[in-house]
Order: sequence, then structure tokens, then C-alpha cells
Amino acid sequence: MPNGIIIFTEHRDGAFNKASFEAVAAGQQLGATLGQPVSAVVLSADANVAQGLADYKLDRVVSVENAKLSEYTPDGYADALESAVRALDPAYVLMPHTYLVRDFAPKLAARFGKDVISDCVRASVDGGAVTFSRRIFLGKIDADVVESMPVEVGEVRMKPEAPFQEVKAAVDLSKAEVIVAIGRGIKGQDNIQLAQQLADALGAELAASRPICDAGWLPIDRQIGSSGQTVAPKLYVALGISGAIQHLVGMKNARTIVAVNKDPEAPIFDIADYGIVGDLFEVVPTLVEEIKKLKG
Amino acid sequence: MKIIVLMKQVANKDAILRINRDATWIEEGDLSFEVNESDGYALEESLRLKEKHGGEVVVCTMGAQRAKSVIKDALARGADRAIHVVKDDLLNLTPYAGAKILAEAIRGEQPDLVMTGLQSDDNGFAQTGVILAELLGLPHATIVIEVDASGEQLRVKRELESGWYQWYTMPKPALLTIQSGISQIRYATLKGIMAAKKKEIKEVAPAATDPAAPSQRVTKVYFPQKTKQTQFLGDGNAKAGAAQLAEKLRSEARVF
Repeated sequence: MPNGIIIFTEHRDGAFNKASFEAVAAGQQLGATLGQPVSAVVLSADANVAQGLADYKLDRVVSVENAKLSEYTPDGYADALESAVRALDPAYVLMPHTYLVRDFAPKLAARFGKDVISDCVRASVDGGAVTFSRRIFLGKIDADVVESMPVEVGEVRMKPEAPFQEVKAAVDLSKAEVIVAIGRGIKGQDNIQLAQQLADALGAELAASRPICDAGWLPIDRQIGSSGQTVAPKLYVALGISGAIQHLVGMKNARTIVAVNKDPEAPIFDIADYGIVGDLFEVVPTLVEEIKKLKG
Repeated sequence: MKIIVLMKQVANKDAILRINRDATWIEEGDLSFEVNESDGYALEESLRLKEKHGGEVVVCTMGAQRAKSVIKDALARGADRAIHVVKDDLLNLTPYAGAKILAEAIRGEQPDLVMTGLQSDDNGFAQTGVILAELLGLPHATIVIEVDASGEQLRVKRELESGWYQWYTMPKPALLTIQSGISQIRYATLKGIMAAKKKEIKEVAPAATDPAAPSQRVTKVYFPQKTKQTQFLGDGNAKAGAAQLAEKLRSEARVF
């Protein structure tokens, strides 16, 4: 009978990422509600890495070890975690929603004839049955003992090279106090000057969601979101941005969020302090004028 | 090189979504549909690889008859032929079940490369490609932004988080999931549209799915609960909204 919750935690050279701690928190919460033990698993070639979780309130920390786990590959990680899951026989396996997890988790699940409830963020328990809601986020948390589990890793077909960053980002948007960001609603490159006028009036940096940078309308170093920069300015003005989760993760911590969008159901409004449902081409010129007036 | 591109038809990105009466899915009756964005880039990359290295590009789409428009468009852009797994209702089809059907539909083709988008714009599971690779016994890479197929091995550039990248080398055949925006997508030419009419579209029935209970099932769909009290300004009047906003940015948010 499967029992307990195991949490896959992700680290780079021993440093655990924030999403992993959020997964630990979620696992602890679920474990407390279900009355089930909660363990974390750490995949590594180095037993010491798992010590990094020793101070967190977990029933156990399992160090899953093999020399082939010194760098990430989907083949290596799927093999190692498959062994761990079969040995630990948990009821639930929790993972942080990261690019790395997206790369191997479906493969792992498929080996059990299952799939992943991806992008999940809320779990509610009713009579022992758990309902997961997809999209959203959980809070933080903590662990105890460390045990180690050497695993077999089969043939690893992909060979990774060292990760690298492209040309250093010319603009560091994380330092900007005010950001005016544009999305697909801006419609054409020629219209960007309109957003620029607002940025000038507010003393803001111009930024964009992914499609704008994909189209080459703004350079990639002005992209906000999971594949771009993460910002937390005093004011974030989203013009014609619908608010896909990949964008929201990059800006949701802004102090004040303004959204202008034609679609009243656009998810950007869920996190906006001020919203205008309307055409940005009507809103922005007036807004620029009014700001200039108020600034005197 | 034989490349299979998996393409899905999804609701138009600009469509205003409404939830159906049973709260089990969106109201599809009055929706317009389009090709899933990243799948369009997977097709473009496949066509470019074919132009460079020769071979064949086969489009595979699962869905109702309306999904034919995705297939026809892909053929008009330059794909050679298509496989349409005709399945009216994709609702409640888990990524695993969907990948199983697709695996059976393309297994006999023995492709050198299987390409698809990194995720669908509707369910957004981001799993079908990876599970399919596992079912077909292929190595895979996700969120690929560059493909070099000139050597014996495949070399691909993957996007990591926060502006990091990584190159991977792997043997062929392999499965790649492609990130949006990796190239400029071509338009179908008139000549392409005419040529597409003669291209083969093979309809296949979906393989029987596992009778075992699916590992996940959607019980309810709903609009996300707001995490903030949004003050809506202007009440439909854009100019009035803008004027109120300027005032609030000064007096409440104090940004100037």
C-alpha cells in the first residue's frame, strides 16, 4: 500500500532553488492534512548535498546517489527517481514546477503508466481524497534525518555541455523603480513609441512579454517572465498583456500593478491593483497627457 | 531525414473564453480555432531541416474534423503529407492517454525526428511530447531553441531559466519540443495552397485507450479567484479611466 509523500528537490551544485522550498512547504502541508510522512529526495553524485535539507522539518531526507547524477540529464534523473519511487512507494510525488522538472517528470510518470498534474498549486483534501488545482503558488517551509540510497542509472543518451548565458543583459530591469511593459495588444512595432511616451512620462524602463521579444520588436534583455527577468518595481504598468503564468511569475511582486486590456477576463487583472478594461490606444495618450498635467 | 511534427488545434488566443454550463470545459460552440503557437514553430523548424538535409515532413494531428484546417495549412506551408487521428472529444484525455494514441499512430513511420511545441495553449500540460518519447523509447529534449542536425548526432540548444542556455548532444531518432519564437514562421504561398490539395491526408482511428481509470480527471473549471482587489477605472470609458488612473497613481500609489 503506497504511503507518504516524497518531494523531489532541485539544486544546482548543491544550492537548492526557491521553487524546491515551495514544493517542500506544499508537501508538508499536504502531509499534515493527510497524516502521512513527508520525505525529500535529493539526486546527486555527492552525499553532502542532501545535508542542505537537514534543518527542514521532514520525516526523512533521502540522498539518491550515482556518479551519473553529477549533471542533469532526463535519462539519468528518470532512472534514478524511478528507483527511488519504487523503493519508497509513496502515495504522492511532489515536484517544484521548474524547466528542469518539466523536462523529465512526464518521462518518469510514464514509467508508472501515469502523467503529471503539472502547474499545480493548490491541494484541497476532502475525506482523504485530494483535489489539486492547477496554476497558482504555495508558501515556504522545513527537514531532519538524512539517509542515502545508491541507485542504478542506465544508459544516458544525451550529453550536456556547460550551461551558459548569452551576452550579458545590457539592461538590468530588476533595478528599475517603474516599468511600462507591453504585450501582444500593442499590435505592431510602430506602436511601441506610444508605450515609450508613457515610460518617459513616468521615468520608467520599457519591458515586454515574450511574444514581443520573439517578434524582435524589443531586444530579449527587456523580456519579463520565467525565461526573462524577474522584477519587483514600485509600479508595473502592463499594456495589452493578457498575463500568462510565465509572465506573471516575473512581475507579480511589483508593489502596484496597473493593467490595461481589452479582455475583462484577462488573467492580468487577477493581480492588478488598478485595471482599465479598454483599448490601450485610447488609454495611453490620455494617460500620458494627464500624468504630464499632474506632474506640472 | 523523416520528421514527424505533432500539431494541435486550440482555441484562438484572442478568443474571449466562457465556461460551459456544466463547468467542465469552455464553451466551444462560437469559438474560432487556430494552430497551437509553439507547434507552428515546430513545423517551421522541421521544414527548415528538410530544406537543409532533405527528407520528408509528416504532420500528425489528433482532433475532430475541424482540425483539418491545421493540417491543410501545414501542407500548404510545405509539409509533405499528414496523418489525422480523428478523435472528436479530447476532453478528459490525459497526457499519458493522448501520448499512447499518438505513439500507436506514428510508430510504424519510424521517423528520424519527432518535433512538437513545448506545450499546448489550452490544457498546457507540457507532457505529451516527453511521454511520447518514453513510449517510443526515444531520447528527448524540451524547450529547444536551436537544432543542428548536420552531424551523426543531433545537437540541440535548450533554454533554461533566467536567461541560461545549454547544448545537448543525443543520438537520432529523438523527440524535441520546440519553444515559440525560434524563427520567423513562413506564410503559405498560393502555389503551396494549390499543391497542398494533392497531398495525402491519412485518417486513422485512435488506438483503444487503456480501460484503467485515468490518473487525472478535471472535475471543474472556473476563473481564477482574484488575489487582489482590483479597482476598475473608467467603467468602459477608456479616456475617463486614464484620467482617474493618473490621479490614483499620484494620490494613492504615490509614484510621482
